[in-house]
Amino acid sequence: MIRKAKQKPPNLTIDLAGISLRNPVMVASGTFGYGEEYAELIDLNRLGAIVTKTITLKPRLGNEPPRIVETASGILNSIGLQNVGINAFIDEKLPFLREYDVPLIVSIAGETPDEYVELAKTLREEKIEGLELNLSCPNIKYDRKLMFAQDPKATHRVVSRVRKATNLPLIVKLSPNVTDIAFIAKMCEEAGADGISLINTFVGMAIDVESGEPMLHQITGGLSGPAIKPIAVRMVYEVHKSVEIPIIGMGGIITAGDALEFIIAGAKAVAIGTGNFVDPRAPIKVIDGIREHMIKNKIKDIKSMVGSLKCPKGSL
Amino acid sequence: MTLLSQGVQNFLESFRKEGLHETETVDEVGNSRGAGMLQIDAKILINEEIAPERYKMVLSAPQIARQARPGQFIHVKVSDSYTPLLRRPFSVHRVEGQKIELLYKVVGKGTEILSRKKRGEYLDILGPLGKGYWLPAATSRISDIILVAGGTGVASLLFLAESIAVPNSELSVLVLIGAKNREELLCEGDFRRLGCRVQVATENGTRGYKGLVSDLLEKCLPLSGDGSKRLVFACGPPEMLKRIGEVSRKHRFPCQVSLEERLACGVGACLGCVVKAKGSTYTYKRVCKDGPVFSAGELVWE
Repeated sequence: MIRKAKQKPPNLTIDLAGISLRNPVMVASGTFGYGEEYAELIDLNRLGAIVTKTITLKPRLGNEPPRIVETASGILNSIGLQNVGINAFIDEKLPFLREYDVPLIVSIAGETPDEYVELAKTLREEKIEGLELNLSCPNIKYDRKLMFAQDPKATHRVVSRVRKATNLPLIVKLSPNVTDIAFIAKMCEEAGADGISLINTFVGMAIDVESGEPMLHQITGGLSGPAIKPIAVRMVYEVHKSVEIPIIGMGGIITAGDALEFIIAGAKAVAIGTGNFVDPRAPIKVIDGIREHMIKNKIKDIKSMVGSLKCPKGSL
Repeated sequence: MTLLSQGVQNFLESFRKEGLHETETVDEVGNSRGAGMLQIDAKILINEEIAPERYKMVLSAPQIARQARPGQFIHVKVSDSYTPLLRRPFSVHRVEGQKIELLYKVVGKGTEILSRKKRGEYLDILGPLGKGYWLPAATSRISDIILVAGGTGVASLLFLAESIAVPNSELSVLVLIGAKNREELLCEGDFRRLGCRVQVATENGTRGYKGLVSDLLEKCLPLSGDGSKRLVFACGPPEMLKRIGEVSRKHRFPCQVSLEERLACGVGACLGCVVKAKGSTYTYKRVCKDGPVFSAGELVWE
């Protein structure tokens, strides 16, 4: 009798915009602090990468509370980019993260293109693996009305200027609050971006009907969590058809099944955001779940699944 | 009495130490950092209604029981569905051996689901979290402690009372418990059994002092001895804590308040649960990580 050779463990490693990841599961900016908050609960070295809380040039106090409200299968937040500022980040937060063997992608945001450039230059000499340009924070409006990521020209301008200022892999995080996200992603690619993070939160609001007041002090906030997942998957699918650069898919991922949807739709990597609040072990469970799925379905390499959606005959 | 857990022993040790300053104690007493927070599946041993809409839950959670300090909390995943999505925080009410107790009131969907959990089921919990009660600079020995509880705010204060009243019999502990009516008064007997003096206040006057427990506190002050040896710990609804903060400022005694807030992550990452604290202008502190216990004087009450 011929014994079946033992199946080789599936390959989960990927190259993401020039960054080597041991698996495609990252943690999303703003939901994982500076890593230290979760280091007691999970082994950070198992993560594909960590995207840190968005950093600005100067420290930011953030918005008045209430900042978070729970909604159906989601949360609305208006934190307001509270952060320690780039200098304190480098001096106080980065050394801790550097003790771990996990790729670091630093999320940055500014109110002007110059600020993005200055942040990118400041981080040039630091030991980090990549930058994520947060062009889609609902709390930063470059002309008091729009986010950068809502204006294709502004997006192109910021990305191309930062591109000239750094050799680090450059990932751009886009807003879903647009009519054609694929077009904006294309702008990023043309401007020299190495990857696209899809998606940031949807602008939403909730009202206390007894008092007639908004539940958030800032009235509106960003919606995240399982409530937005189907829209996020659709956006990854659309962007995947229009750009060559890799996509990091996120929006309501809690289980391995959620992550696999994004990967099949076209995401090369995925990120857990709100899921970290629900279950700090979610990223680890997603990694293990993806591996199990691959073993069960005899998939040797995760890369073969990216964008592998089988469209029904006659569908558009 | 019961065997004291490691967490409580550490708390007492720091409590006896002199020369600790408020700001320095933040990392030494009750902060979960270093002590190690855990995520475990805890078996439900008891979940019973002890008063209308008030439940006591006993969980088997050896490691958390060992480390938990008065004022700390656990973050409970009440549902496997996404309704509700977020965990719910509960103060540690008591620790006994390998067990921790919670005391909660049904206030919404999350606590309603929790109240229907049966003995033998498991709960995914995170803890111990947050910074608990601590002892401020002991220039003169504190001898006169007042605990002020509003509603289910008694939960964390019983744990505190068990930590300080049992072994330190020379310490005078006065407990003021407030509720809307007599049916909602909780834990009076528990505090008395520990040797604490207890006074109660009900808003409708069906037992004890008629009115707010914060007014009862002010009324009790002249009788409770030397103010310089006094220390007040309070837990309850925001309005009550604000009022007690004012009383503490007026009468110049140190006061710690344990805040109740809706939390998302519970571990200090999301910055969703902040309160305004004094700074050069002001700053924001995280209820889940920098608190839930704060010095009343460090907060900006609005």
